[in-house]
Amino acid sequence: MIYDVIIIGGGPAGLAAACAASEAGAKQILILERDMELGGILNQCIHNGFGLHYFKEELTGPEYAGRFEEMLARTNVEVRTDTMVTALEPEKRVHSMSTDGYHVDEGRTVILAMGCRERPRGAIGIPGTRPAGILTAGAAQRYINIEGFSVGRRIVILGSGDIGLIMARRLKLTGADVLACVEIMPHSSGLKRNIVQCLDDVDIPLLLSHTVTDIQGKDRVSGVTVAAVDANRRPVPGTEKHFDCDTLLLSVGLIPENELTRAAGIEIDQRTNGPVVYENMETTLPGVFACGNVVQVHDLVDFVTIESQKAGRSAALWQGGEVPAAPTVIEAGEHVTYTVPQRLRSRDEKVEISFRTDQVFGSSRIVVEDAAGNTVAHFARPYMTPGEMEHITLPPKLLAKADGGLLRVRVEETV
Amino acid sequence: MYDVAIIGGGIVGCAAAERLSQYKVNIAVIDRASDVADGTTKANSGIVHAGYDAPAGSLMARLNLEGSRLMEEECSRLDVPLKKTGSFVLAFTPEDEDHLKLLLKRGKENGVLGLEILSGDEVRRREPALSGEVRAALWAPSAAVVDPFQLCAAYAEVAAENGTDFLLEQEVQRLTWTDDHWVIDTDRGPVEAAYVVNAAGVHADEIQAMAGKREFAIQPVRGEYYLMDKTLGDLVSSVIFQCPGPLGKGVLVAPTVHGNLLIGPNAEPVADRDDTETTLDGQDYVRRTAARSVPDINYREAIRNFAGVRANSGSGDFIIGMSESAPQFLNLAGIGSPGLSSSPAIARMAVEILRKDGLTLVPRDKAATSRCVVRVRDLPPERRQEVIAENPLYGRVICRCETVTEGEIVDAMHSKLVPHTVDGVKKRCGTGMGRCQGGFCQPRILNLLSRELDLKPEEVRQDNAGSEILKGELP
Repeated sequence: MIYDVIIIGGGPAGLAAACAASEAGAKQILILERDMELGGILNQCIHNGFGLHYFKEELTGPEYAGRFEEMLARTNVEVRTDTMVTALEPEKRVHSMSTDGYHVDEGRTVILAMGCRERPRGAIGIPGTRPAGILTAGAAQRYINIEGFSVGRRIVILGSGDIGLIMARRLKLTGADVLACVEIMPHSSGLKRNIVQCLDDVDIPLLLSHTVTDIQGKDRVSGVTVAAVDANRRPVPGTEKHFDCDTLLLSVGLIPENELTRAAGIEIDQRTNGPVVYENMETTLPGVFACGNVVQVHDLVDFVTIESQKAGRSAALWQGGEVPAAPTVIEAGEHVTYTVPQRLRSRDEKVEISFRTDQVFGSSRIVVEDAAGNTVAHFARPYMTPGEMEHITLPPKLLAKADGGLLRVRVEETV
Repeated sequence: MYDVAIIGGGIVGCAAAERLSQYKVNIAVIDRASDVADGTTKANSGIVHAGYDAPAGSLMARLNLEGSRLMEEECSRLDVPLKKTGSFVLAFTPEDEDHLKLLLKRGKENGVLGLEILSGDEVRRREPALSGEVRAALWAPSAAVVDPFQLCAAYAEVAAENGTDFLLEQEVQRLTWTDDHWVIDTDRGPVEAAYVVNAAGVHADEIQAMAGKREFAIQPVRGEYYLMDKTLGDLVSSVIFQCPGPLGKGVLVAPTVHGNLLIGPNAEPVADRDDTETTLDGQDYVRRTAARSVPDINYREAIRNFAGVRANSGSGDFIIGMSESAPQFLNLAGIGSPGLSSSPAIARMAVEILRKDGLTLVPRDKAATSRCVVRVRDLPPERRQEVIAENPLYGRVICRCETVTEGEIVDAMHSKLVPHTVDGVKKRCGTGMGRCQGGFCQPRILNLLSRELDLKPEEVRQDNAGSEILKGELP
């Protein structure tokens, strides 16, 4: 049997893609999920704040996943949990392993929805010893929320990504002392609402432009040294502060999990670490789509859902066809770190573009221009920060105005 | 009472135990750590050196060559990953080129086969990532990379199968010669043995001094490393050395046997022999120096920094032989680089010295000489199907980065030398050694240790006492 759609990953991206593919008419749909249950990382996100955009109400992570699992139950999507995909062949044969054996399934289309992983200590090279008590925020979240154990009593958090912020409050609520949240950048990479609710409201200091320069302790962390950094993010001698702590939590970035993608020969965008995608979420391998955090790391699951529904519909409606020889390229211009999609197949339908800025902006303007530098569209913004993803929509009539095979998205301050 | 007590469960102690366990000898391996392979063995370059470095006539020269010749067979019988990569020593200056000639001469004197000096262009043809500044290089086809943790654990498992006792978490405090044997006082009580083998690595001089005179001094030298993601695993296909300095073989860039890229070490004398901290300066030095060999290394792909302390001897050679100041006391000391490469030969030499000294060695009946383990990721699909049919747990992937299954982890937990810690499982199975560094699998490994070994989750440790991962149940 050849599946219409095989979806790798049963987290929020895979669930939304499966429901949308089913709704759009795909008959044989298979989800392969490595964990014991569907829902992915949402299962350990027991805090609220999910669903405000999509459901217009405030849900916890498990509730949000539950909504989609209910929708999925009304379809005939086949689900295999406890199943690890080990390879994707360019011919869209998906290899997987489970306690039932080794499987090879073939899909007319495949959707990549593997999510992302946390950057470990080694990715940022924090010097010091390597004792117990150093863990990523996500691992701590699992130990606390799923396993029901404490990970430490006196805690310093490095990085102010959203999981780190959420865990700061969670740890405080479990009775731990959270001494500081340390961020190397001059701004947080987390959502504003999380800074307010998870740090300010529970009196946890946020040290911007600081980093951890040393970890002490032989068997268990006994302390860390924190120092201010200069404009090049190098520690400034003489600014060191010592924290007596037994735990260092790392929330220093997320990396899309694209090992299968790379091995299948799909083009990767070095800026997102995710596959290059067209406006229908198709990758450079025809019939293989991608969505969610495997494409770009999102702040809000609601936007994962919307992006994944697009991928699910596109896969269901896929008619075959090759990669276009001369696509329109969307270029990340000044102050824009990347865009998704990176390329357009056609300009006949409206295109949604998401991206991030490289710094905090007050009153400012997003400018879309063509190859000749003519402005195609612009969008005013009162405030932008790298911690919050930006979205713009370009209707076909504006797209038609663009000269040449290029659209450049850039940001400028307005006076 | 034991016939032989080996102090130190690193690669040297475990290799010696495995060799001795082929005979009807009662053996104990004593180590203060909670597992074997916890000192220098767990933090080194993992290289099987070809054997051109040490001057002819030295113990190092002889044992390195013999060890490197034995290594392939050792790894095959013990089912330990080894990859023959060959190695280059690069020359950047005319003085370096002279040094290559010296190494070539030494290598030939030592009996190393296949050595040749290649031009810079030829070297870059074979290794395109190398710097344009490379003028020439010494090629040694017999060099290899090996997994030092698995090799050590495998020696220990075979020794344990043959009845060797592993007395772990016992720190030696005093050695007393009583009538005709040694009383080894540890923090957990006395151990008696006719012979003591000192394989205590960076602490070998202290152990020797407990038994008799201080006969030598270990000079601990720390080396820091970068381990890189597998995306960089094929940046070079062989081990890339620079010309060696007085403290070590310099910074290398090498593929690991598991497909990662390893960069390091620096060489820094340290006062504290157990000081395996990494430092900003050390990391900077390693990056700067490695760039001379391979200019374009993307350090955003780094997944771990680590450091190990090498037990260099003052003499520049291994110190292997019966003690001059203590009876029935064999030193296997000063085992700096190339210690891992030499370990199979050191073990054989140790057995012969003990035999000559009067230890009775009668071959053990039906002695275990090998072991084998299932490694699902190395199996082709049809074999995977077969092993999963035999044991469904071989189909459940626990460590997703390294594709290690529950079956493999459970096997290790029921081997002859049971790992009780997260790092113990890591050394044997490779869990948590990949790009997420255990972020995903550590909670699962912890649960498996708890389930299989009947530990409370909060009792599960990373490695040694005091390294419990959790701090108790939440109220």
